[in-house]
Amino acid sequence: MNDDLRAALAARLLATADDELMLAHRNAEWTGHAPILEEDIALANIAQDELGHASIWYGLVEELTGQDPDRLVFFRDAGEYRSAQMVEQPRGDWAFTMLRQYLFDAYEMALLARLAGSAYQPVADAAARMRNEELYHYRHSSAWLRRLGLGTAESNRRMQAALDVLWPLAGQLFSPQPGDALLNVEGYWPDLNELRQAWSGVVIPALEEAGLGETASAAGPDDRRVHSAHLDTLLADMQMVARADEEAVW
Amino acid sequence: MPPELTHDERLTAFEARIARGEKIEPGDWMPDDYRRQLIRMISQHAHSEIVGMLPEGAWIEHAPSLRRKLILIAKVQDEAGHGQYLYHAAESLGAERQDLIDALLAGKAKYSNIFNYPTLNWADVGMIGWLVDGAAIKNQTMLTGASYGPYSRAMVRICAEETFHYKQGKEMITLYAQGTPHQRRMAQDALDRWWWPSLMMFGPPDADSTNSTTLMRWGIKLKSNDALRQEFIDEIVPELHAAGLCIPDPDLRYDENSGHWLTGPIDWDEFWRVIKGNGPMNRERLRARRTAHDDGLWVREAMAAYASRSSVIGKRSTVSGQR
Repeated sequence: MNDDLRAALAARLLATADDELMLAHRNAEWTGHAPILEEDIALANIAQDELGHASIWYGLVEELTGQDPDRLVFFRDAGEYRSAQMVEQPRGDWAFTMLRQYLFDAYEMALLARLAGSAYQPVADAAARMRNEELYHYRHSSAWLRRLGLGTAESNRRMQAALDVLWPLAGQLFSPQPGDALLNVEGYWPDLNELRQAWSGVVIPALEEAGLGETASAAGPDDRRVHSAHLDTLLADMQMVARADEEAVW
Repeated sequence: MPPELTHDERLTAFEARIARGEKIEPGDWMPDDYRRQLIRMISQHAHSEIVGMLPEGAWIEHAPSLRRKLILIAKVQDEAGHGQYLYHAAESLGAERQDLIDALLAGKAKYSNIFNYPTLNWADVGMIGWLVDGAAIKNQTMLTGASYGPYSRAMVRICAEETFHYKQGKEMITLYAQGTPHQRRMAQDALDRWWWPSLMMFGPPDADSTNSTTLMRWGIKLKSNDALRQEFIDEIVPELHAAGLCIPDPDLRYDENSGHWLTGPIDWDEFWRVIKGNGPMNRERLRARRTAHDDGLWVREAMAAYASRSSVIGKRSTVSGQR
């Protein structure tokens, strides 16, 4: 693999890992505070899977660049992260958490399906392993989409409010990075425009069926280097113990 | 048709079954007081798991490595699972989960006193695993032999998971106790704060334990509070010493004659003060549970509305299908 290709692949893997990490972190905040006990269990389970996925993607970054996953997670500043703003947002109410989860799960399902056929074998193997877990996440958040979208007037109103915030942010999941064309030519990573169309083809009808609308215009951030202020506070919380003693093995 | 047995005859037969080591199962005859005592114990245990998610859960967002973060989420999730499992065990005795939870939220139900203490540094997570889960395992291992089948079987399953909690805590603290000066201070500070409350987890001294006699006759409880506490002390003291930690008890000594570690006096005034609601975190724990419950109200209403609508839609489609 030449240096350009290696750098492009590492950047994609890093962005993918960062998304999973942030979502896991936000979902885990519900542990002990969910609306029903069964969801304390379910969401903690999903958070563990996502953290597991993040670890796998960081592990592949390490193979390419030699960067230690824990150093990447606990010693990078906000400007060095490549997560999408959608997953950095605070957990909000249960509608916000579940709608974000649904939009992300649909994206991850479409992404993993394509990555399972990646010409870079470690990515193909990792994606194949994750797809099974992701299917359960997708079923879970799809069920909540319908339940809350069609439940009561209040639950529908909360879901629509969540969609109004999330929809413009969702586009950033598909924003380009340098080297994408190279990855696409090699068959290492799918074309993100095609991925976005596939995602929209699933998500827009599902939102409509759940009684949610107004998903037409969506001007949001289109560069993964641009973050919200929420990432700074998230990282301050996440990194405080690790950074209190840089010499320590935790 | 056999003649109806009198209450006394049934009680005699019931106590004989327990004496033979048989398990009592949900449909079996049992004295009202047995049922009442079990619901009290099992629901307190369930509440302890639910409230117990809070002190450690607060540190998930600060866990300093991917591995520690993963382990901690899994551990707190286990506690939710134990709570769910135990509420089901209480339901097998005719209790309703919602009534039990309402009693907790109203401040009328007890849960383990230990969770009314704050978690102030990251090492508290490890110390809770080692000391608090270690103490809980002592109690729960005893309860695997309890006479009520569903409770006893729940304990077998829960103990297996608690053993992992204990091991991860011990591993973490042992590492930190031999780590950097900062880590050693964290570990010692955690021990200084958790040592005495963890000894109190076994409950008041036998002389002051009001429920114990009946519970022991009916095989709900098999060892006294003081006996279990001593077993725990004898096991944990050498382990803490081996890790290089200093136990915050100037009177602690090994008694050659009895072969036991003897501690200084436990501050039972503090125990009763905390149990009556005046510990450092009592109000905060209940506030957190009530907030989760109140914030979740609209979600539960939406679930119910959607479920009833779906069943109506289901019926309609059945009708149209018959046409």
